[in-house]
Amino acid sequence: MDEIFGIPVQAFLGQLLLGLVNGSFYAMLSLGLAVIFGLLGIVNFAHGALYMIGAYVAWLSLEKFGLNYWVALVLSPLVVGALGVLIEKTLLRHLYKLDPLYGLLLTFGLALIAEGVFREQFGVSGQQYSVPELLQGATDLGFMVLPNYRAWVVVASLTVCLGTWFLLEKTSLGATLRAGTENPSLVQAFGINVPVMVTLTYAGGAALAALAGVLAAPVIQITPLMGSNLIIIVFAVVVIGGMGSILGSILTGVVLGVVEGLTKVFYPEASSIVVFVIMAIVLVIRPAGLFGKEK
Amino acid sequence: MSSAVTSNASTPVPAMKSSLSLLTGPRLWAAVFVVLLAAPFIGLYPVFMMKALCFAIFACAFNLLLGYTGLLSFGHAAFMGAAAYATGWLVRSAGWPPELGLLAGLAVGAGLGLVVGLIAIRRQGIYFAMITLAMAQMVYFVCLQAPFTGGEDGLQGVPRGKLFGFIPLSNDLTMYFVVLAVFAAVFLAIVRIVHSPYGQVLKAIRENEPRAVSLGYDVDRYKLLAFVLSTAIAGLAGSLKTLVLGFATLSDVHWSLSGEVVLMTLLGGMGTFAGPVIGAFTIIGLQNFLADRVGSWITVIIGAIFVVCVIAFRRGIVGELLAWQQRRQGR
Repeated sequence: MDEIFGIPVQAFLGQLLLGLVNGSFYAMLSLGLAVIFGLLGIVNFAHGALYMIGAYVAWLSLEKFGLNYWVALVLSPLVVGALGVLIEKTLLRHLYKLDPLYGLLLTFGLALIAEGVFREQFGVSGQQYSVPELLQGATDLGFMVLPNYRAWVVVASLTVCLGTWFLLEKTSLGATLRAGTENPSLVQAFGINVPVMVTLTYAGGAALAALAGVLAAPVIQITPLMGSNLIIIVFAVVVIGGMGSILGSILTGVVLGVVEGLTKVFYPEASSIVVFVIMAIVLVIRPAGLFGKEK
Repeated sequence: MSSAVTSNASTPVPAMKSSLSLLTGPRLWAAVFVVLLAAPFIGLYPVFMMKALCFAIFACAFNLLLGYTGLLSFGHAAFMGAAAYATGWLVRSAGWPPELGLLAGLAVGAGLGLVVGLIAIRRQGIYFAMITLAMAQMVYFVCLQAPFTGGEDGLQGVPRGKLFGFIPLSNDLTMYFVVLAVFAAVFLAIVRIVHSPYGQVLKAIRENEPRAVSLGYDVDRYKLLAFVLSTAIAGLAGSLKTLVLGFATLSDVHWSLSGEVVLMTLLGGMGTFAGPVIGAFTIIGLQNFLADRVGSWITVIIGAIFVVCVIAFRRGIVGELLAWQQRRQGR
């Protein structure tokens, strides 16, 4: 068993794992996008920028303050979550009665601002962030060598995703949030402070993006552009999955990451466009998305 | 002719409504056209003017879609860029004359627009924007990897050639008047389209799509045609830009250009004829002015203009002027 379809097993499994890693990031980001869109009606283009800022916060806290990876894992979502509160309170708040396209345009502007500021400060070249000591090295599973950090990323992000799903679908807090999506004024009438809930939802989505950024920091080059390159793929993932279902967006994210990884094995030239091709096919066959509801 | 169709019901979108308006009056347009004709002789740098006019064509095409049909395409750079590459390759490597190169750009814009449009109109509203953005990103990657686009370098050294075989375009002044003629033709065509019965249906779709459906209009066909018209003109703008500047690069297909054209339209005033032109001149002028002064702060400035426009200036320059004028008349 040295080859699968003429591809060495080691390369095949390596790309599969890489696909899973990317898929976990897609899942975390599309989850945040879906939750924000559900409650705020805003397609958050700045999601990629928040992910990028999350990675930079991790890198900066190590370089400037000597704070290690595990601290960054908590600190970065808090910082970016606070930034999310600020953005929602000062800017997004004015847009809820308007056409959703204004939300997209405003957050696009915010993404440009973030990208420009970080490019001015840190340049376009990538920064390295080393894998934390505890997760360095690799485990030999017999049929493949599994880099510990990658395994951790997949496990950690899927745990976070499923935790979010549990929070939203199985707890009373989640029920309130979902009710707020359906009918905010009624929820308000029940004595729940909807504006605070909206702010915290945006902050939560931002924190998820930042967490993905910290998790990604050791496996990618940290650049100011890393967010916008990713967000467009995540948009396609969201269109494919449909924003109606939490579990659906997690699943779509992971599966598309894997498909992308496998395309890299079999037909590398197409790997950067395969997600978009799948999106086009899904739109032709099932316009509402795989898990979306027809309106 | 135009007064009958512009006096319809009020709308939340600050569209061009009054045919008596300062900014739409034929006399003003004649004056603007005279200024544009004289521009190279009164010290305006022709290459800058040509570039700005190409982007004005692009923004007008985009406005036909956003301002008059209510469709936000977030991937319009794909059509401009693909046509820019097509024209560049045909003129440089296949030796086509410039007029055929321009027509080919128009055709590439229309053809690609048909494919993307057929897929994108299957979803409404904000999804439409996300789908067009994703499809445009696909075009970007194709341009990055295809063997004939020159990869990271793009297509360099595209000759302007001779128009119709006997008008050499290498002179900036000659080229300027060709660009101006194309701009005038496109502008009049868009005015004509918007004022036609077809344009009225587009506005109806923008105002209330379910109602247009219930009135028996095949909304998808109308939207698709508007999309293809818009992408064809965007393609023409891209081809023209390639001829003017002599190159087509990856920045012509990049998503940031798709964002810029949205900003030009928003800043100038969407749903007005003059808005996209003013927006294009403002943004291109700003970029030109700031390019070697502020470095990457330009991205921050563009982003900040976006934020300010959305929060406080949704009618855009022309929209605000029209509203101001209406308030004055109402007094």
